[in-house]
Amino acid sequence: MIALLFDIGSTFTKVTAVDCDEAKLLGRSAAPTTINTDVNEGLKQAVTQLEDQIGVIADRADFKLACSSAAGGLKMVAVGLVPGLTAQAAQWAALGAGAKVLQTFVFKLTKQEIDKISELDADIILLAGGTDGGNSDTILHNARMLARSLLDVPIIIAGNKAAQDEVSKILQAAGKDLRITDNVMPQLEELNIEPARETIRALFLERIIHAKGLDTMQRFVDRVVMPTPSAVMDAAQLLAQGDGKDKGWGELLVIDVGGATTDVHSMATGDPTSSGVVLKGLVEPWKKRTVEGDLGIRYSAASLFAAVGEAFLLQIGKELNPNFPIADGNLEDFILSLGRVPSEIYTTEKEIFFETIIGRAAVTAAMNRHAGRLEQIFTPHGEVFLQRGKDLSQVKKIIGTGGILVHHQSPQDILAGAIRPSGEKTLLTPLAGEFFLDKEYIMAAAGLLAKEMPKTAFNLLNRYLVAV
Amino acid sequence: MAEKRTIILGVIGADVHAVGNKILEYTFSKAGFNVVNIGVLSSQKDFIEAAIETDAVAILVSSLYGHGELDCQGFRDRCIEAGLDNILLYVGGNLVIGKQNWEEVKERFLNMGFDRVYPPGTLPDEPIRDLKNDLGLPD
Ligand code: B12
Repeated sequence: MIALLFDIGSTFTKVTAVDCDEAKLLGRSAAPTTINTDVNEGLKQAVTQLEDQIGVIADRADFKLACSSAAGGLKMVAVGLVPGLTAQAAQWAALGAGAKVLQTFVFKLTKQEIDKISELDADIILLAGGTDGGNSDTILHNARMLARSLLDVPIIIAGNKAAQDEVSKILQAAGKDLRITDNVMPQLEELNIEPARETIRALFLERIIHAKGLDTMQRFVDRVVMPTPSAVMDAAQLLAQGDGKDKGWGELLVIDVGGATTDVHSMATGDPTSSGVVLKGLVEPWKKRTVEGDLGIRYSAASLFAAVGEAFLLQIGKELNPNFPIADGNLEDFILSLGRVPSEIYTTEKEIFFETIIGRAAVTAAMNRHAGRLEQIFTPHGEVFLQRGKDLSQVKKIIGTGGILVHHQSPQDILAGAIRPSGEKTLLTPLAGEFFLDKEYIMAAAGLLAKEMPKTAFNLLNRYLVAV
Repeated sequence: MAEKRTIILGVIGADVHAVGNKILEYTFSKAGFNVVNIGVLSSQKDFIEAAIETDAVAILVSSLYGHGELDCQGFRDRCIEAGLDNILLYVGGNLVIGKQNWEEVKERFLNMGFDRVYPPGTLPDEPIRDLKNDLGLPD
């Protein structure tokens, strides 16, 4: 059987042809995405290029699936009650469904915040708040505020079960398009994001694809099944857990350093790895994704520079090559230029070196936000440690994906930013790493196959992720 | 029967004494409360956020290791700030170090805004009765 797997990105439309029985890559190609005119043009060009390489394929393919992050990807707004509790749970549900979370709102929504939500132009609003039987005032207030607004955005209700009927009545009466699903946090600090995630995905298929004009491409694609980050996450999960027959790789990290964002996925429990540590707060999802909108190495290079600071970048430069001269201001000029020519692939020694520095800084900063932390508490009895978030100390397999890493000469130098510096005591980032690269862009493709052909997908990942 | 009332239980500050906390969880649950136990090493913020999300009617704070007074300062103010205007606050355990005059200790905690303060070695029956009383529930 032959599968054609498409990834319709914001800049490039990629197509991968796979022989499913052999779990072999037959070929792949990419063409500029043409979502603003007719998405089919880009698809056609990508397929034509592929057929130039490997001969007729579109007519021989048994199925054609696509994931997409074009037209802004899946954009969501999350609403919850307390920042570290239901609001956090709602945010994770959205991120876990492959969405871009534009903003998370907490407590009672104000008029200004409703205006802000309207401006944000989200595809879906996820409305949570209160444990089951817990607080209902806030979610009811927020439902009324949304009901009164002119917002024409589908709303998913995933809050306090006891308030569900009334919340839906309020929104229904206002003619809002809504879906009801289970509470993202039914009991205090107990996460239940799978139902919300499923509802988001279903809504994506039902409505969003149409709204973005992605349902006009039947000619090349049977169906768009999920947002691209979701496909990458499914691939990561399959790789970690195995296909049911063959054992997976175990706990792992996937890092995508992009031009605009840096995404980190961890497939790991994150339980404390040393004794005498007490876990506090919301237990985080095994399959956790974070997206850092200010840490990218093209469009977001300036905000990355602001976030990490020049001193940190210079320090990385020294670690990488003590002899490389970085004249004052040089690095900053380069960073500012990155945003201006986002599609540039850098070739000179200096450019590559600088790109390594900022890539590594993006990875470090994104990992530091993704991983949990230890808080040391001095008690009369001696010291105790509180852990918030996931302990990733012992996670070793680190996979880099995305165009920037793939085109880079030494992606391992960038990925090494994920490793905890010696002497660091509070951050729970990995202590050591084995690095892999998604050289053939196999992750999104394998993610598309993960559900229906886990064996093929798993074997593809095993074969085409290469150690670096 | 009416819906179960939710209470938050926990041990405040850098205190790891867990046994009394477990006993309180068990006995208050048996007495018909929905107990949300946030356990040892809990900060004021942990208690308050838990109470907000779960719509709790009372917070029961334990402190066994002698630093209760410091750890509990400003608790009521923070509750008010967080919109928990009417929540009941109980505190118990070994609240202070050494043998101090109980009435004085109790007074200090009442002044901090706690509704009820319990001396060392209090058995659960008394606070359970008090809580039902304070909430207007039948025994
Ligand atoms: C076991 C124990 C420990 C164990 C705890 C193990 C664990 N994880 O639970 C360990 C060895 C770790 C420990 C450490 C320390 N301990 Co110690 N510990 C005890 C001991 C012997 C028993 C505690 C116990 O479990 N009691 C049984 C339970 C059922 O009773 P309870 O906790 O008092 O709770 C009941 C009531 O008080 C009440 N209650 C409690 N909270 C509340 C709250 C409300 C709202 C209400 C209504 C009621 C209520 O209801 C509970 C059920 O009936 C006591 C002495 C004692 N006999 O009490 C000392 C004691 C509590 N520890 C003490 C001290 C000083 C310490 C240390 C600072 C140093 C040390 N000497 O070892 C460290 C502190 C560590 C830390 N960071 O918290 C002192 C505290 C002194 C003070 N407050 O003035 C005590 C009293 C011993 C003493 N006489 O010196 N300890």
